[in-house]
Amino acid sequence: MNLAVMLKQLSEGLIVSVEIFLLTLLFSLPLGLLVSFGRMSKNTIIRGLVKFYISIMRGTPLMLQLIVVYFAPYYVFGKNINGFRFPAVIIAFSINYAAYFAEIYRGGIESMPVGQYEAAEVLGFNRLQTFFRIIFPQVIKRILPSVTNETITLVKDTSLAFVLAEVEMFTMAKQIAAKQSSIMPLMVAGVFYFVFNAVVAMIMEGFEKKLSYYR
Amino acid sequence: MDNEILLEIKNMRKSFNDLEVLKDINLTVKRGEVISIIGPSGSGKSTLLRCATLLERMDSGCLKYLDSVAASMVDGSIRYSSKKELKKIRNYFGLVFQNFNLFPHYSVMRNITEAPIHTEGVPENEAKENARRLLKELGLSDKENAYPCELSGGQQQRVSIARALAKKPEVLFFDEPTSALDPELTSEVLKVIRRLAEEKMTMIIVTHEMQFAREVSDRIIFMENGLIQVEGTPDELFASDHARLKEFMGRLNA
Repeated sequence: MNLAVMLKQLSEGLIVSVEIFLLTLLFSLPLGLLVSFGRMSKNTIIRGLVKFYISIMRGTPLMLQLIVVYFAPYYVFGKNINGFRFPAVIIAFSINYAAYFAEIYRGGIESMPVGQYEAAEVLGFNRLQTFFRIIFPQVIKRILPSVTNETITLVKDTSLAFVLAEVEMFTMAKQIAAKQSSIMPLMVAGVFYFVFNAVVAMIMEGFEKKLSYYR
Repeated sequence: MDNEILLEIKNMRKSFNDLEVLKDINLTVKRGEVISIIGPSGSGKSTLLRCATLLERMDSGCLKYLDSVAASMVDGSIRYSSKKELKKIRNYFGLVFQNFNLFPHYSVMRNITEAPIHTEGVPENEAKENARRLLKELGLSDKENAYPCELSGGQQQRVSIARALAKKPEVLFFDEPTSALDPELTSEVLKVIRRLAEEKMTMIIVTHEMQFAREVSDRIIFMENGLIQVEGTPDELFASDHARLKEFMGRLNA
């Protein structure tokens, strides 16, 4: 196998990795916000349940969570679902990252000065308007560095999808490496991850810059 | 409509845990009146303002703006009016905070127009036009596209006054509006408040600026220990024999 073929195969794997990455962000960012609301709920039962959920997600390996999600239909419905491999990966990643994002949102929301809420209240904004017009835009700015961190971790975590034999880049690299008895494909995959993350970091930096017009 | 009563507070009481901050406050404010509230820290001035602006709920008493009752006593316990009624009442007053509380992510223009547009349904053009007029009056015409972080403290406080005025309130509350400012910036904010007084804006001002209070107020209220201790015209207050008031003012002048 020549280099060109290897790069082509790795690129195919990369596309799957990017898909996992984008879909996970798409689902976990809004879900995380919802979870953070539960985490800050005045209702002690909701708050307790959400706290437990977060502790499980953060306290157990993502690899194990992937396996549990994948086999859940078998234990719930007594049979496997065809084509559940990829959805299982997305679900597991999304609920895992939502837990981390929830805590980031919470930190950002709780760091907002109470004066912002009071000014909004006196001006007649209702709760929803206050949150989405006044509080949340400022929260985004505050949490962006932490979100960037998580996002970069996610890029590398996509390689965990190999436990479900989902053929993303790392799985592909391992297969090629085994065939060739060389770690070269893995090194190349490493370069791919690095470039992937450089792009992610650049985009996130762009967001931060865009929000740097105010303090 | 002179002498129309804009705000009526009766038997207002408020405690935080075991600390009784407001013991029995009665206050009636007529249209066009300027009232200053003075007193040592912890005397309940700010709490009074926060209860009157619905940021804090009082434990008992009555609160009424024009013909709208915000809270009253029913069978010995306090009852606040419906959300809808309170929303209407919030349109009767504006509040200027000690530390401005401008929205840092919005331009000066948007700080002023956001509430009229989204809480009262004022058309954007009209809200902007009104904001420009206010900015001009407050000497900030060139700042409409600036962000709060680009302004001095005095400018920020003037924007927050414009923001409060944009809702066309009947009465404007100030919670120590110059306490976060140096003397020079203080005077530029006081100038604006003085102008509003000349225009017969009804105002209730918690302040430590005695000279200013004396000059601008129709009435001054001296609070201590959660009670209104002395109340009267500036001349009456400055000539008062009340021991604590004399001590308080003496310290300020010292």
